[in-house]
Amino acid sequence: MVAGPDGDGERDQDLDLVTLIVARADPPPSATPEQSALLRLCTTPLSVAELSAYLNLPFSVMTVLLTDMLAAGLVTARAPIVRQSVADRSLLEAVMHGLQRL
Amino acid sequence: MDFKGSDTIPGPRTEDQLPHTAAAAVKIVIVGGFGVGKTTMVGSVSEIRPLTTEETMTQAGIGVDDNFGSETKTATTVAMDFGRISITEELVLYLFGTPGQERFWFLWNGLFDGALGAVVLVDTRRLEVSFDVIGRLEERGVPFVVAVNTFPDAPRYPIDELRTALDLPDEIPIVECDARRRASSRDVLMTLLRFLHALAMTKAPA
Repeated sequence: MVAGPDGDGERDQDLDLVTLIVARADPPPSATPEQSALLRLCTTPLSVAELSAYLNLPFSVMTVLLTDMLAAGLVTARAPIVRQSVADRSLLEAVMHGLQRL
Repeated sequence: MDFKGSDTIPGPRTEDQLPHTAAAAVKIVIVGGFGVGKTTMVGSVSEIRPLTTEETMTQAGIGVDDNFGSETKTATTVAMDFGRISITEELVLYLFGTPGQERFWFLWNGLFDGALGAVVLVDTRRLEVSFDVIGRLEERGVPFVVAVNTFPDAPRYPIDELRTALDLPDEIPIVECDARRRASSRDVLMTLLRFLHALAMTKAPA
């Protein structure tokens, strides 16, 4: 279910709620309204969850939409860091440090 | 599907945009019953106004048949509120609030996969929801801490009594909080992170 850096390109990348999506290009003339809207939203990185909220589309629909767009090379996906059986201590320390600044 | 023209879709405000350097995200889930303060907690620490993502449950029968009575039910929409905290220029933390009742557990699959951990937010007036949630998290192997949202009109119990009532192992932290206050919610997250860090220390190879 969770995206991982499996080095397999973008073809069968699993999408998580917190996968970050970035537009690769301006909407092509062939883009659907949904695709155009999405590309305009993610000129800077935006999570699938945020895209879902702004576009008012359920996560399951977002997944279908984004899978097509990844295959077409319209967007790139930055996979989340997932919890391993042994958590990455430096990652946890970075998060703690960030929270302390809140 | 009804899709509004793309011109009408509000995107993130300029100040809500992530930097181009944002490379990866992590997530933490806040789980509890209705009205326990999940959205309040998300909102008190989030750098963006909390957003809502919806998921549709199309079929009864994923352990949900008891809850919808006998009427035919085709689709139920469940909303999840979430917020965001930028940790560094590269790392982003997302916080999701999700309902704890068993009929919403279908949401948990995508949500808890890969999550760093969870906060079980507890209302002492409705402990039974927390009881189910805790059991379920233990089953799934999701590390969690328990935070008691101190509502003014809710009975206050000593932490030890709550631990007993929730049948919570000694090693799992349980803290009181005021979900409306940023510092208090932040401290709950810090409690979770310290707990995760301690787990990582004990599990790491010598």
